Amino acid sequence: MWAIARKDLAIERRTGEMLSSLFLLALLVILVFAFAVEPERLAGPEIAAGMLWATLLFSGTLALNRSFLIEREAGAWTALALLPVDRGSIYLGKMLANLVLLTFAAVVLLPVIAILLGTRGLEPAPATLAATLFLGVSGIAAIGTLCAAIASRSRAREVLMPLLAFPLLAPLLIAAARATSGALVGRGPAEIASWLAVLLGFDIIFATAGWLAFDWIIEE
Amino acid sequence: MTTNDGNPRPWRDSILPWLTGAAMTAAIVMVFLVVPDEREQGVVQRIFYFHVAAAWLAFAGFALVAAASAWFLRTGSEAADRLAQACAEVGLLFTTLVLVTGPIWARPIWGTWWTWDPRLTMTVVLWTIYAAYLMLGRLSAGDDTTRRYAAVLGIVGALNIPLLVLAVRLWRGIHPAVMINKDPEAGLKDPSMIWALLVANVAMALLFDWLVSLRMRLLRIDREIAALDLEDERS
Repeated sequence: MWAIARKDLAIERRTGEMLSSLFLLALLVILVFAFAVEPERLAGPEIAAGMLWATLLFSGTLALNRSFLIEREAGAWTALALLPVDRGSIYLGKMLANLVLLTFAAVVLLPVIAILLGTRGLEPAPATLAATLFLGVSGIAAIGTLCAAIASRSRAREVLMPLLAFPLLAPLLIAAARATSGALVGRGPAEIASWLAVLLGFDIIFATAGWLAFDWIIEE
Repeated sequence: MTTNDGNPRPWRDSILPWLTGAAMTAAIVMVFLVVPDEREQGVVQRIFYFHVAAAWLAFAGFALVAAASAWFLRTGSEAADRLAQACAEVGLLFTTLVLVTGPIWARPIWGTWWTWDPRLTMTVVLWTIYAAYLMLGRLSAGDDTTRRYAAVLGIVGALNIPLLVLAVRLWRGIHPAVMINKDPEAGLKDPSMIWALLVANVAMALLFDWLVSLRMRLLRIDREIAALDLEDERS
């Protein structure tokens, strides 16, 4: 599991493919929103939180779609299947690598959004915010990794991946956006506890589901 | 490959279509001729019988998708996979009916076609989950691996439902809860209304069953044709 995560992160460090496309895409999503709606209307903690999760969702899903591309293209899929490890570990390794990328993306994107849309009215509670971001990106990584694997065999995987991931991520998006907007105006964990509970439940359920499901995903 | 083409299937081919037709006629007669107008909502309320029946069947269909998917992953049974696919298709159709009849009722009663009420939000998200499930089948090669992937998605989609319900309930909270309302003044007062709902439910259930069995037969024939094509290419 660690080996797979390390391998994927090493590839990413050399090429920077996923992160650079993720950031560029996220920036473009923010610009699209700003052009589509008057940028002045996009001020305030609720919008900032919503923008963060909308950009993470769009750019994250598209970047995560590449998770299994290296194996597919390099013909290493059979090698993955032949690894003398539990198939679930392959999932956890991939998810962990994706989690690292997404966490990095979230940490960079939040200030970018705050600067572009204005920081008026923001008094973030750092610890709560960090917890929310981590729980939120974990859920995207859990679902994203599973959906990327499911979509990877399709000839239309670029379209299929967001089709599969977005509806499944709906509860996460609702909870993460509310919790983040709470944390951005200085609310403590107790005040947004129910949202954090939804996020935690989401992460546990889908990480477990992905871990178990990989027995059937990698079997060729 | 085994086929049942030689064997007649009396339930599916002769009894079920007629039974569905009879039950549906009975439901239409009950809803339009027997039950009285609802006191406050008037004639529009009559859409409720089909709306609620379709919603129950749609949810039951999605539960069947998950159950049949799990069964397929355990046993590899072809029939379980076809049942999951057929239930997803017909479940999606019934969810579409729910999403069409709902706004027709909501426009005169709530004064708006759509609100982001928890149940409406949940239903539309469910629709997208199962539409995506069917797209997976369309956009992938129809082999065993795709079937396993679809089964995983069928189960993961069902796992998502409790979280979705929780999230949308926390988020928003005006849908009439007719059947579980504690208010003694609310609910179905006239006994004929309860009968109408029951008959509409039976009619919808039969329709569901019939459509699923037709789809399952079509899927089987599709796969047999694909297998024959493959044999042709080899020889």
